[in-house]
Amino acid sequence: MKLKIQRYCRHRKPKNMVLIDYEVPLKDVTLLDSLNFIKTKIDATLTYSSGCKSEVCGSCSVRVNGKEELACGYKPKDGDVIEPLRFMEILKDLVVDYSKAQETLKRVKSWQSGISQKDDMSYEEEKRIELQSDCILCASCFSSCPVFEVDKEFLGPFALTRSYRYVSDVRCNDEKQKIDAVQEKGVWDCTLCGECTLACPQGIDPKNDILMLRSKSVQHGYSDPNFASGGFGLEF
Amino acid sequence: MYDILIIGAGGAGLSAALSAKKEDAKVAVICEGYPTRSQTSMAQGGINASLANVEEDSVELHISDTIKASGEIGSKSMISKMCQDAPAVVKWLESIGMPYSRTDDNKIAQRQLGGASSKRACYAQDFTGLKILHTLYDRCLKEDIEFLNEKFLLNFCVEEGVVKGVSCLDIRTTEVEFIKAKSVIVATGGYAGLYHGFSTNTNQSTGDGIAAAFRAGAKVSNMEFIQFHPTGLKKSGILISESARGAGGYLVNQKGERFTDELAPRDKVSREIYSQLQEGNEVFLDIRHLGEEFIDENIPQERKLAITYEGVDPVSELIPIAPVAHYSMGGISVNGDMMSSIKGLFAIGECSNSGVHGANRLGGNSLLEIVSFGKLAGERAVKFSADCVFKEPSLDQFESDKLFIETLYDMDKKIDFYEKREFLGDMFYKDVGILRCKGELQSALLEIKALQKEFEFMGLGDRSRVYNTNLVEFIKFKNTLELGEIILESALKREESRGAHFRIDFPKIDDSLKKESVSQKVDDYLCVDFKEVLS
Repeated sequence: MKLKIQRYCRHRKPKNMVLIDYEVPLKDVTLLDSLNFIKTKIDATLTYSSGCKSEVCGSCSVRVNGKEELACGYKPKDGDVIEPLRFMEILKDLVVDYSKAQETLKRVKSWQSGISQKDDMSYEEEKRIELQSDCILCASCFSSCPVFEVDKEFLGPFALTRSYRYVSDVRCNDEKQKIDAVQEKGVWDCTLCGECTLACPQGIDPKNDILMLRSKSVQHGYSDPNFASGGFGLEF
Repeated sequence: MYDILIIGAGGAGLSAALSAKKEDAKVAVICEGYPTRSQTSMAQGGINASLANVEEDSVELHISDTIKASGEIGSKSMISKMCQDAPAVVKWLESIGMPYSRTDDNKIAQRQLGGASSKRACYAQDFTGLKILHTLYDRCLKEDIEFLNEKFLLNFCVEEGVVKGVSCLDIRTTEVEFIKAKSVIVATGGYAGLYHGFSTNTNQSTGDGIAAAFRAGAKVSNMEFIQFHPTGLKKSGILISESARGAGGYLVNQKGERFTDELAPRDKVSREIYSQLQEGNEVFLDIRHLGEEFIDENIPQERKLAITYEGVDPVSELIPIAPVAHYSMGGISVNGDMMSSIKGLFAIGECSNSGVHGANRLGGNSLLEIVSFGKLAGERAVKFSADCVFKEPSLDQFESDKLFIETLYDMDKKIDFYEKREFLGDMFYKDVGILRCKGELQSALLEIKALQKEFEFMGLGDRSRVYNTNLVEFIKFKNTLELGEIILESALKREESRGAHFRIDFPKIDDSLKKESVSQKVDDYLCVDFKEVLS
């Protein structure tokens, strides 16, 4: 099986970015197994991130033929092209700088603000936030989102899903502040293309969470700024 | 300079950071990668607390189960402290947003794990560790905790028996940094990754904090006790949670025979499975009778993992399993304040030995330990720092670590350490695994000493100065060579069978060894002794 891996190092000469072919003589293994094979048997300079090897730590997300996959959960095929995630600075080869993506979590205040005394959350109330709290912060959705091509400051799918997770929590005591925090470069900037939903390895649906945040925003008196100029001629 | 520097951003490190920050101290957390990528994310089963939400339970029962599992060498006072704190820990997590699975009457759901006399483990599907970790992380964002990401611990700076800070490798630049602190909390995890290829852990679980503490002169203890989880997936060693058996899953061989009590403590079940495998049988976990609906509701991750990594759907097929290294009970010896034998150096979670697990850990107690003792260590470190008159350290440690890194870059690569890492993992699984005896332990010790000598011929395969993971793995391998020797010396010295340490040449428990093994570096020599357990 041949894998094409994008290699990048800012000191590499003559070109700092190249696509290199590797022959991996393994069958029915994960992409992470293949990367480990290359690093330990062929080329120790190949650089990537990995952790749990069981799809729960979010370290090893990469792009395979243009689609985001966890290397530890994906079984590669002959000819696959492996690249790093998009919209984050590449540090080396398949390793990107996640810090900018993670900063979006602070911008949306994705946390339980107060110390809640509530201890009788119901089965249904937990179900409401269960899928969203399965997120492993692998940033696959971030990399898949086309809004970043035009706006680097967009909050992005995982931060908005996390915002919705805390807003929908019965323990939430600052819904207004959290909704305020997703207006700018947030819920209204999403194009609802659904790429994030396809990219998520945990089956989370950020697009739907963003729609839900939009309707909560309307309840708090916000409206879609794309229509705010009264373009439909309904205003006098 | 920091008041409190925490090394490691798993559940233990984050809990410590939150409690230290509350006291208004200057806190930072050093992290090898990013906070939510730690081993805590992999804990599936649950966190123990005797809430009695689904059946009768009490703190006393939790304490006695834990002592029993510990092979009687757990510390009664530390176990009591942890178990008494458990309900408050679970509720504190809930108060900051932990999304536990619920019962029909609006309580936190609890389930059965091995060795427990009641349904005691609180859970969030089988993502309990993941959700605890992310809840803590979100809270840390709120509290504006400072994270120093992608830095790898090299050594502690210790002068006159007091910690002064750490030197670490900035992975992005490969430069050595010296960070001063009045107190340091080590939360770097365990060393079951030493069993390379036969472990539920990541390859990164190489006991780096323990090795650094040992080099700095700290006492480490009970290093021979390594827990083998009964149900790793056969091909990959990936963990299938004990909750699958807690819910009624069977262990069967290829003839369909059940051969053990599935809910006995992990050491016993692992030995039974290992014996079956040694007799040439195959062993499977059978959860087909639990039904698809139950599996998808309560253990969805297990189904996904079995399909991806073993190619079987547990709803309709048997899951091939084998016991693999899962958790290291040994670690940096700490007192009731979580402080090691070095002043100002605290240790929590899997890298520590606080005495709560003894010779064998109960499922559901590790998540409890990291939060309960993590918070405690944060408080105690704040107090230590407040009372501390900081004397400026020399730069000796920093200079020596810079030289160490340069030496690694200069060494020729005549031997491939990746090959040796694989060899070490195989050897440890076979000779220092579930069943042990003197001859194999001795030959493994000779091998490891030979590897230590060969280290200078290993060298780097990547000499880049940018984001060099080969360099980090090389240093980690060196740490495992140091810890491997301690494990072997302790395992040889303990001529009895207790908990996870089973000697076929000494198959019985020896009451005179109802003690902890304590290892320390004295004049550059490794000394192993037995000490009475803190009562």
